[in-house]
Amino acid sequence: MTLYEKMMNLDRRWIYLILGLAVIIPAIIPFTVPVAVTPEVKSIYNFVESLKPGDYLFLGIDYDPSSMAELNPMAKAIIAQCFRKDVKIIVTALSQNGPGMAEQILNEMASQFGKRNHEDYCFLGYKPYPGIVILNMGVSFKLTFPNDYYGVPLDSIPMMTKITNYRDCKGIIDLCAGSVADMWIGFANGRYGVPLAIGVTGVMAADYYPYLQSKQIFGIISGMKGAAEYETLTGYKTTGIKSMAYQTTSHIIILLFIIISNIGFFLSGKKEKKKI
Amino acid sequence: MKRTLPLFLVFTSGMIMLLQHFVPSEESEFIYKYANDWLITVGVYAIMLGIWSLIRVTVAKARYESGERFYAIVTLFGMAIMIFSGITVESQRAGSLFMNIFAYVLIPIQATIFSLLAFYVASAAYRAFRARSVLATLLLITAFVVMLRMIPLGPVSVWNQYLVGWILSVPNLAAKRAIIMGVGLGMIATSMKIILGIERSYLGSD
Repeated sequence: MTLYEKMMNLDRRWIYLILGLAVIIPAIIPFTVPVAVTPEVKSIYNFVESLKPGDYLFLGIDYDPSSMAELNPMAKAIIAQCFRKDVKIIVTALSQNGPGMAEQILNEMASQFGKRNHEDYCFLGYKPYPGIVILNMGVSFKLTFPNDYYGVPLDSIPMMTKITNYRDCKGIIDLCAGSVADMWIGFANGRYGVPLAIGVTGVMAADYYPYLQSKQIFGIISGMKGAAEYETLTGYKTTGIKSMAYQTTSHIIILLFIIISNIGFFLSGKKEKKKI
Repeated sequence: MKRTLPLFLVFTSGMIMLLQHFVPSEESEFIYKYANDWLITVGVYAIMLGIWSLIRVTVAKARYESGERFYAIVTLFGMAIMIFSGITVESQRAGSLFMNIFAYVLIPIQATIFSLLAFYVASAAYRAFRARSVLATLLLITAFVVMLRMIPLGPVSVWNQYLVGWILSVPNLAAKRAIIMGVGLGMIATSMKIILGIERSYLGSD
């Protein structure tokens, strides 16, 4: 096997090892990475910033723990911004493995900011069939979720007695890792006309840019980079910015492997042509 | 009758849900809400069917397939534990057995499995992103530029940010919008075929 062929056919175990090191080393020797903020993330930040104390924001934490690395920092930064501004949050978790994780986030943030359940935020929890749930909440929160996540009737929750449906919320921010965002766009924004923004995993982002241009969503936070951007804007820094170091080194490694593979491919191809 | 009744039900419910969207009245809203509640109820019964099906298949594996026996028992055991520990409202509170299993077993398992994808993606990118043809080269260059967005390169990053923005908002948007519209039209056509009884494959072969 020639050098060029070796460059094209590296054993995948070498790739795994080098990538593993690229993730582990920044964890041992941490460094920060400058983050440039994109307009689509800034617009969400500006929207939340424009809310007044006592306004309602609907937050969908619609993802499973498998996507928590990318989406948890977004959720925490948004909740922190709302709590700082005394904006009331209504939260759902329409992914079946998400409610426990959403509750953890809410408890952690509430204890940090001294906020109280049922007064400053309300966690409605999970119900199957997100499309139907999203449609029904446009009619009434109480009919869709007679009780909150803890079994407390919505009629007895102070912050929920003043509102009926999406019309009483200033907007919706949905964080998701599946097709739930499509339902929020189609039903909550399409049918009820509620201002909507989304936070999605990095691989999903490209799918949702058409909705950004058509103004069906007013902002999009994409992946770890988006989370780091939001953390930069809010100043509430958790794992988003820290993880950018791992993401940067691992992306550099992947790009280097692609370059090596193409150099090998290009040069070995030329060689073959010469032989012919 | 075996086929006529389902076709009649599909036609009636389909037409009602279609027409109610264009009739803004309280009655229409009631029908819409009532139908959606029905859908959730039907879904809940489907979950029971799913649990029964899982138990049947897993028990069969545990009994007859020695290689699968261990995994089948773990599946049944895990399901039983989660059902019994999570059956009460109190189980949703922090510190309960259900929440502890969720926090210390399920979350790490899911996060670990998902993070392993990075290694497969790296290996796949190394092998797949090769400039074999004009189209492959275009894909390679685009992927390269978009991935560079994640790496801080000083002033280059600012220009790259604009370039990535253009890629996502112009060529990507054009292609995605065409796909979305195509899928949407396809969904309308398929729905109409089902409502009108032209498409009957959902009835099965009996």
